[in-house]
Amino acid sequence: MSAAEARVLAPVLPPEVVAAIEAEIPNYPVKKGAMMNSLHHVQKALGWIPRDAMVEVAALLEVRPIEVLEVVTFYPMFRDRPVGRHHLEFCRNLSCALLGSRQLIRHCEKRLGIRSGETTSDGKFSIGEAECLGSCGTAPMLMLEDHFHENLTVEKLDQLLDSLD
Amino acid sequence: MSALPWLLPESGLDLSALADYRARGGYQTALDAIRTKKPEEVTAIVKDSGLRGRGGAGFPTGLKWTFMPPPDGKARYIACNADESEPGTFKDRQILERNPHQLIEGLLLMGYAIHATAAHIYIRGEFAQPYYNLKRALDDAYAAGLVGAGAHGEGRDFHIQITRGAGAYICGEETGLMESVEGKKGQPRKKPPFPAQAGLWARPTTVNNVETISHVPFIVREGAAAFRAVGTEKCPGKTIYGISGHVVRPGTYELPIGVTLRELIYDYAGGIRNGRQLKAVIPGGSSAPVLTADKIDVKADPESLREVKSVLGTGAVIVMDDTTCMVRAAMTVSRFYRHESCGQCTQCREGTGWTDRVIKRIEAGEGTLKDLEVLDDLVRAMDGQTICALADAASWAAGGFLRVFRDEFVRHIEEKRCPFDESFEP
Repeated sequence: MSAAEARVLAPVLPPEVVAAIEAEIPNYPVKKGAMMNSLHHVQKALGWIPRDAMVEVAALLEVRPIEVLEVVTFYPMFRDRPVGRHHLEFCRNLSCALLGSRQLIRHCEKRLGIRSGETTSDGKFSIGEAECLGSCGTAPMLMLEDHFHENLTVEKLDQLLDSLD
Repeated sequence: MSALPWLLPESGLDLSALADYRARGGYQTALDAIRTKKPEEVTAIVKDSGLRGRGGAGFPTGLKWTFMPPPDGKARYIACNADESEPGTFKDRQILERNPHQLIEGLLLMGYAIHATAAHIYIRGEFAQPYYNLKRALDDAYAAGLVGAGAHGEGRDFHIQITRGAGAYICGEETGLMESVEGKKGQPRKKPPFPAQAGLWARPTTVNNVETISHVPFIVREGAAAFRAVGTEKCPGKTIYGISGHVVRPGTYELPIGVTLRELIYDYAGGIRNGRQLKAVIPGGSSAPVLTADKIDVKADPESLREVKSVLGTGAVIVMDDTTCMVRAAMTVSRFYRHESCGQCTQCREGTGWTDRVIKRIEAGEGTLKDLEVLDDLVRAMDGQTICALADAASWAAGGFLRVFRDEFVRHIEEKRCPFDESFEP
């Protein structure tokens, strides 16, 4: 990002996120070591990691903003753009695929009227696909925020969608 | 009072609470060893046990520990690999969710043996609940004075820190993992230098998997002979096999190494779902070359599986029934490696993408026989040419499907369509 972009006009990180990042730093011999956990704190609070937040994280960890940007864009879990309020991430790897993850994704697409990778126009739902989430014994499954929903069926998926406001 | 488990507590039980773990004698092995044994003695027991790494490569654990240089008073690290992400693998998660203190006790013992000053546990980002569980356990262990200042005896501190990954498979590779712990992109490093020479922050580091380290309390407590009493001569002990796919009872099974795939599939996992027949098995995570149904009397240990041209890998058994299209299975796996290639080596970056495109084309009925030669070339070009083993894994996986189920690829090409109408969709 350019120098102009790198200027933070207004802080976007809530004070508790700044505090959480500052608490991570002493656990590493080099401040940059706190990068991954810091970005998780940011994403949990904001739902994604905006450029301004990257600049703030860079300042806290005493690195250049580009060093944060390259980490955010390297890791599939970090989002550099917003997703829906409820982001449904379906596992599509072999064990889940064998037990029907594609049918579940298609059902979800049909019900929400969006394609995988998109967000509903009201910003409520988005659908994504992930590689193996380490839940193969309880396939098929999806991840919603911090939780795994396992042994999914179309009925259970419908119940889950109904339960989200 | 129940005894401590080898790895996982009895079905349905959870030892995540410090009081429950300690009530069974948990942490006593580490406390006693630190008080009464020299670090080299702990290493010797682990070496004698014959424990081999459970993260996929199967390297002898005790031997790996001896690669650490003599202590020089500065920082030395353990990097604990909790990035479990080899497709089909979900065993370390069981330990993280149900017996996290055993991992922490294993780290205490390992750290003592190799004179480490700290351990960095790298846990995959999607394992949020396992992370919270482990973090709670670690906070409790700190509060009880088991970890931290003086944990390795008077004046000898040992810290444990947890770093969360964020969805990149490559960070399960040991040097990619270390890059990520340092707050960078997880692009693997060239070796040498090896981690024991220059690992985390260029300091001596030993990288071991969660399950590997969690075996250590049992080994030190019960002795090397008790560990060797089960398993095979070259790969002793138990392991947690994970079975998934078209079986009646998918899940994890803690068993002596060397049970046969037939026992795993039919006795433990209850056989094939919906009354179907078995068609193929991937015995050790998606990198392991696929096997046909007639091979399942093989023992699931590294040496026996090598004889049938596959690997034990992470002990993750993926079972496919007779509806399954092997080109679609190959496509699902090749898409994964393409997605996960970190991009720094040409053979991997281009090879995984090319492999994926060609297999996709064949599945769509648009392939030619020439495409099979292209795939053969790619499989050769990706193996053993790159900084890390991701391209090797992609090569073995695709090469396995091509070698074992070549007739199915040919049928797709000749019939110009996928002939398996009932198969799963990738």
